[in-house]
Amino acid sequence: MAIILDNDTRLVVAGLTGSEGRFHGLRNRAYGTNLVAGVTPGKGGQDVEGVPIFDTVAEAVDGAGANTSLIFVPARFAVDAIYEAVDAGIDTVICITEHIPAHDMLRAYRYFRGQGTTMIGPNCPGVLSPGKANAGIIPAEIFSEGGVGLVSRSGTLTYQIGHELTQLGLGNSTIVGIGGDPVVGSSFVDVIEKFEADEQTELIVLVGEIGGDEEEKAAAYVAEHVTKPVLAYIAGFSAPPGKTMGHAGAIISGSSGTAQGKKEALEARGIEVGTTPTEVAQMVASRLK
Amino acid sequence: MDLYEYQGKDLFRRVGIPVSEGRLATTPEEARQAAEELGGPVVVKAQVLTGGRGKAGGVKLASDPADAEAKARDILGLDINGHVVRTLWIEQASDIEREYYLSVTFDRGAKKPLFMFTTQGGVEIEQVAEESPDALVRLHVDPLEGFQPWVARRLVYGGGVEDPSEQKQIAAIVGQLYRAFVEFDAMLCEINPLIVTPDGEVKALDSKFTVDDSGLFRHPDVAEWRDPTAADPIETFAREKHVTYVKLDGDVGVLANGAGLGMSTVDVVAHAGGRPANFCDLGGGGSAEGVVDALEVITRDEQVRSIFFNIFGGITRCDEVARGILAALDRLDMSKYPIVVRLDGTNAEEGRQILAEAGRENIHPEATMLDGARRAVELAGTA
Repeated sequence: MAIILDNDTRLVVAGLTGSEGRFHGLRNRAYGTNLVAGVTPGKGGQDVEGVPIFDTVAEAVDGAGANTSLIFVPARFAVDAIYEAVDAGIDTVICITEHIPAHDMLRAYRYFRGQGTTMIGPNCPGVLSPGKANAGIIPAEIFSEGGVGLVSRSGTLTYQIGHELTQLGLGNSTIVGIGGDPVVGSSFVDVIEKFEADEQTELIVLVGEIGGDEEEKAAAYVAEHVTKPVLAYIAGFSAPPGKTMGHAGAIISGSSGTAQGKKEALEARGIEVGTTPTEVAQMVASRLK
Repeated sequence: MDLYEYQGKDLFRRVGIPVSEGRLATTPEEARQAAEELGGPVVVKAQVLTGGRGKAGGVKLASDPADAEAKARDILGLDINGHVVRTLWIEQASDIEREYYLSVTFDRGAKKPLFMFTTQGGVEIEQVAEESPDALVRLHVDPLEGFQPWVARRLVYGGGVEDPSEQKQIAAIVGQLYRAFVEFDAMLCEINPLIVTPDGEVKALDSKFTVDDSGLFRHPDVAEWRDPTAADPIETFAREKHVTYVKLDGDVGVLANGAGLGMSTVDVVAHAGGRPANFCDLGGGGSAEGVVDALEVITRDEQVRSIFFNIFGGITRCDEVARGILAALDRLDMSKYPIVVRLDGTNAEEGRQILAEAGRENIHPEATMLDGARRAVELAGTA
């Protein structure tokens, strides 16, 4: 089964004619993703390696049956692209773009949550369901199909943990990068809820980092609603307070949001937290054997 | 981006929030002149991006221009929590009858702006929240609904403001503060204290204002206010080179691609018993030129004894990183640094081969993140 992306995914890429969109969109197609369309205003009627380009998302939905939108357009146009996808009736919107103003996302969030759209990102690496579909920049070749659901606020750290799992012969149902911004479309809780309901997923790994309280909320949610085993890793134990560490969301203010605080909150709910990515992978292996 | 008090007050003034008249000064003579122009007693206030400046002696009352010059001489050059005072804000002194607190922040948990108001102002708001939580009124605003006058009424009546003139003035300021918050892409707008003078006038005596970096393209005038001298000099250099860098206090230089992997690498170095010198994110591109820049930034820190490259190629290609490392060895004086390199992901094999063929003595390849961290820690001790 997997979550968010599967064999029914029909992908439209906003910004397919741009260099990033083209490179990754075609890479996603080469992986086996059903890439049905691209959208670039003013370039409707053209094609990128045989993929038809439309002027609007609505035309891509009508003309190519797109149900999932992957957004690669620059920050100042990205929120518009999110609204356009939602209003065109797209089910799932995945936004890779970083540096979208936080206030713009705040308003967009209130809007798309009301429309029932699944939104992943922004400032995220995308979603990969190994063996089925890949939408975004996750290097699919380091992952294999299996039963571990992986949800993370980070990109490369997710690859690191996925790689460690693969080395131990373990595969993934879906890898979801929820993004590192202060306001993202889906939280840990949203994604964990989907993994709990997914038949393929046997165990869930949460990869968190300093800042905010989403890990703490996830811990409470898991204790109440999740029957599958959940393991976690938190990055940023050595981070000084008040400093941003690359991700706009990764800032600690005051006592809340520290790595130690998150670890304690998770452990208090019975969720084991690995000290290094390697240890997390070993913990997963021992649980699944 | 955090703004200085005087910059925040400039934005307050633009939306109509009452503030005292003031002038900037960078020398005692300028402070005297400012006091002459303003007339009457003034307050000499250190402009630093840190709290606790009052306790540190960074805010002083001056009775006349000569006194303002003397107070400015005391405050300029003062070190407040590691921030050296270079700029002063000279402002007409206000008589204070009462001190309130008003702020609006970006509540990422609730995904809504959050107003906070209390009539117990002038102290740390955390203290009020802890000691008398009932005195602190909290109210979320739906960003789609935007500001409506009832929001101000809830804060003013909920906070127990009784004087009708004060109620009216504060309600107006609540609306103006929300406007500033949205218009300038703020993450925080705080007035502490919001004072009432003996004449019953309400005004902002201080400002704390943080603007979202991602929104700065809409506010080029605000973006220009960034003060390069306020940050650590290496961090400023890093910003110029477009390298994401945060200085820590150890001797193992850390370089990774991606923020999450970067934070994790710093943690793993500490886990291996070492002391990380920095956090450094090469970014998603990871061009050879970017690698040279990042190494130049990291080696500006004199405490660095060894360097750990931890790369997991996705968009970043390991062969490009390897070429960057070799280019840096040619162009910078890197001979005293042992460099531990761990490459995985896109084109890792090619990258490892490039480094092996170069045969440089100070490059130490390692196969895993954990082994790489251990080796770098060991080499920092013996370098």
